[in-house]
Amino acid sequence: MTASAAFLPELVFLLGALVVFGFTLGESRVRQARNAALATAAAAILAAVFSLGCHESLFQDAYRVDIFSQTLKLAFSIGFGLILLLSGGLGDIREEVKPEYYLFLTISVLGLLMLSSAIELITLVVCLELSSFPLFLLVAMRREQEGHRMQMESAIKYIMFGIAANGIMFFGFSYLFGLTGTTSLPVMMPKLVAIAGTPAAIAGLALALGGIFYKLAIFPFQFWTPDVYQGAANETAALISSLPKLGGIAILVRLVCLAGPDSPTFALLLAMLAVASMMYGNLIALVQTDFKRLLGFSGIAHAGYALIGFVALSEEGAAAAMFYILSYLLMVMACFLVICRVSRDGANLKIEELAGLHRRSPLLAVTLAVGVFALAGLPPFAGFMGKLSLLKAALAKGWLALVIIVMINAAIAVFYYLSVVRESWFRDPGDLPPIRLDGPTRVLCLLLIGGILALGIAPSPVLDRLRQGVAQATHLTPAPAVAVVGQTR
Amino acid sequence: MTTPYDHSVLTLLIFSPLAAAAVAACLRGENAVRWWTLAFTTVAAVFSLTLYGHFDVSTAAFQFRYTVPWVGSLGIHYDVGVDGISLLLVLLTTLMMPLCVLCSWSYIKTRVREFMICLLIMETAMIGVFCALDFVLFFVFWEAMLIPMAMLIGVWGGPRKIYAALKFFIYTMAGSVFLLVAIVALRIHEGTFSIPDLMGKTYSSSFQTWVFLAFFISFAIKVPMFPFHTWLPAAHVEAPTAGSVILASILLKMGTYGFLRFSLPITPDAAAMFTPYILWLSVAGILYGGLTALAQPDLKKLVAYSSVAHMGFATFGIFAMNTLGLQGAVLVMINHGVTTGALFIMVGIIYERLHSRELDRAAGLGRALPIFAVFVGVFSLSSLAFPGTNSFIGEFLVMAGGFGRIWAADSPVPKVLAVCVVPGVVLAAAYMFRMLQRVVYGGTKNPDHSLVADLRPREIATLVPLLVFVFWIGLHPAPFIRVMEKSVAHLIDQSRHTTALAGNR
Repeated sequence: MTASAAFLPELVFLLGALVVFGFTLGESRVRQARNAALATAAAAILAAVFSLGCHESLFQDAYRVDIFSQTLKLAFSIGFGLILLLSGGLGDIREEVKPEYYLFLTISVLGLLMLSSAIELITLVVCLELSSFPLFLLVAMRREQEGHRMQMESAIKYIMFGIAANGIMFFGFSYLFGLTGTTSLPVMMPKLVAIAGTPAAIAGLALALGGIFYKLAIFPFQFWTPDVYQGAANETAALISSLPKLGGIAILVRLVCLAGPDSPTFALLLAMLAVASMMYGNLIALVQTDFKRLLGFSGIAHAGYALIGFVALSEEGAAAAMFYILSYLLMVMACFLVICRVSRDGANLKIEELAGLHRRSPLLAVTLAVGVFALAGLPPFAGFMGKLSLLKAALAKGWLALVIIVMINAAIAVFYYLSVVRESWFRDPGDLPPIRLDGPTRVLCLLLIGGILALGIAPSPVLDRLRQGVAQATHLTPAPAVAVVGQTR
Repeated sequence: MTTPYDHSVLTLLIFSPLAAAAVAACLRGENAVRWWTLAFTTVAAVFSLTLYGHFDVSTAAFQFRYTVPWVGSLGIHYDVGVDGISLLLVLLTTLMMPLCVLCSWSYIKTRVREFMICLLIMETAMIGVFCALDFVLFFVFWEAMLIPMAMLIGVWGGPRKIYAALKFFIYTMAGSVFLLVAIVALRIHEGTFSIPDLMGKTYSSSFQTWVFLAFFISFAIKVPMFPFHTWLPAAHVEAPTAGSVILASILLKMGTYGFLRFSLPITPDAAAMFTPYILWLSVAGILYGGLTALAQPDLKKLVAYSSVAHMGFATFGIFAMNTLGLQGAVLVMINHGVTTGALFIMVGIIYERLHSRELDRAAGLGRALPIFAVFVGVFSLSSLAFPGTNSFIGEFLVMAGGFGRIWAADSPVPKVLAVCVVPGVVLAAAYMFRMLQRVVYGGTKNPDHSLVADLRPREIATLVPLLVFVFWIGLHPAPFIRVMEKSVAHLIDQSRHTTALAGNR
């Protein structure tokens, strides 16, 4: 009974996916599929809240239900709902595959949900693929544009890079298995920490992280990002840019703790990758004219910021990184919401096309400003608290130079974020018509603004919960012992 | 001893403008929004005066203090309080706001509601900066000002508004990123974000040096000190009148306030070490601002560059680091707020009538507009520190303090520096009299101003409060000095305390 309660969110998603699958059969029934997906989101949020306190070990210890995973599942369920609202009528998806779009969307999120609980390498791989493969298909579902088939090119790039990165990850996993003789993370951890300094362990771990860096778009696995953002439909790009990153961070928390708290070589490696991502993303974003590409490069930079949290190799840092990516989710969704609503006929949006948004639709303009200023790390928005907690974690471990590089990057980034604000707030719309928003969009705008402000002004509840979760997730001991630890605390 | 008033007054002052902004967002009709904002800011100004009444001048402690944990997991508190220095700046802020609303009454014609909301958000952030006693809270308010201010310039500004708004934003933001690093470094070092707890500690001199430099970049850009001033003329010229007034009267004070509140008490050794350079930069600012103002054909630019010179006096006084210098610097800050604010309002009045800020277009305006001539005369004299006006007291104290420091036995700078300040005073007279002469009398071929209307009652009401302060501070500065006396003395103690310790070791 308790086991099924602990597994409830996944079951809800599975059921939802089955129902949506039913709607994909026969005549295209888009509306029903969408409603079923929305109902799944609502039910999943309830289920996630219900199972929030669960503490369980399932499937022969391959699957851990704890504060960490349940918090993430709640976040994924909410994010799924937001994405569904954001994608509206799927304007840019081919008519005949719209129900399938909802199906693959649901399955992909289900994969992410399971990913947050997986503590065994094979399970982890299965969950990762479950969340990745549907995404590859979603990219290719964009409508055909006249003269070019950008979406196909993007989908192929996404698959090729994805599979290559996964291959590297499997190779790394094989090292880890070879070194420790187990695929179970709780068993592997003490064995690996003991040899954490050896080249083989570092190589294995670094390779294993490749697949995750691909999901997060961290240098040197970032090449797909801008092209896929540009080629995918706006709605799909919104999805790719948000939820999978949270999933990536979740595994990163589980894997990085394999290195133990004291592993200078590994920390240095992470620091270098973080710096490379930030520099690469921010400098190239400076010259972008397509808003989605800009967000793609800024996403690379933000993944770099989040990686700072792991450089500290501390619970505080990992929690800060999780918090940062959670905030990033809301911020980037705010930006993509504006892209989806402003773009005409689902086409890609040039930054100039935002001109005069404050007259065309004040609410969208405010949403965009909040999202962009939050990305730039200005208080009182979520991005600031995220950066502050990251900086604090890194500086506590003495990474002063790294912190200074982060702040220089933050200053560089302000420039291109301001170019978005410049167009939307300081320019006149010319003869562009006002944009009418439907009810769900307005609600979504307010939700995102409220969320970004709330995480910026009162981050304590979320931060505390994440830290508890990370503490549990990183002290991986076999299941019974966890229960004892939980009681004694 | 503490009453509910003591606990809540600052919080009320800080956040009530936000609530007022929410109300303004719901009101119907532009005039309703104007009247509501005016009524609210006036009430807030009057209410803030009660602070002065309740303030205990016999102590340097932070008063009306209120502390609650804010973000527990990061150790951040909501901590507000004022001492004598910040009290004056809070009062300056609240008193300037209704005047900003008044001077925008007919100047702002489009998107009035959004404009007033921006003003009110600015008020929250500005009061917050002066009251915050937690470093993160301070930083939040400090950065929160950027967005509404950039909006004020970028949406309601002049022809090059976009350039000016972005330049303002990027300069200030670039400066403050290092402030954040310094804040976190202090937190890691001392385990607290509380500003009073960080003061008067002994830090190693290399740590102090880095923290001081991080502070310095941020504050020097905000002041702005020469050579970080280039955003200022652009922002001033393009901003609407109210934006210029806020910038000049309050935002620039935040830089000098930062020096007073953080640089001197937290990093005294580094401050002492860098004093000579900062004194030289201040004098460079005074001379550069004066000379550039002398050459401006644009009234707003003239006043903007005079700001650079005036703020040079303020930093000169601060880094004299003695009683006279610091008291003078605080007075210069207040005076600059009053006088330059008034001058920007006058320029706005000219612009509304002539649709130009060119000195040549305004030539001889005073002949046709007698009331206008009186006001512009008084404020110009005040700006050049004419005896009997407010600026005279401030600049006199600064010079007395600065010269005292330069002639002291342990002077960090050669005496020639003092000689260099004197032309600055003369320059102020030169550029102000040049402007006054042109605007009031002009030459033989003045443009025809016979159809230009003289000041309206609303405009007179805007300027009279400032006029009162010009003469009040000018003739009877005692109440203002009395408020900050203890705080300044305490500040000097703190800045000497650690220096002495370091010397004994």
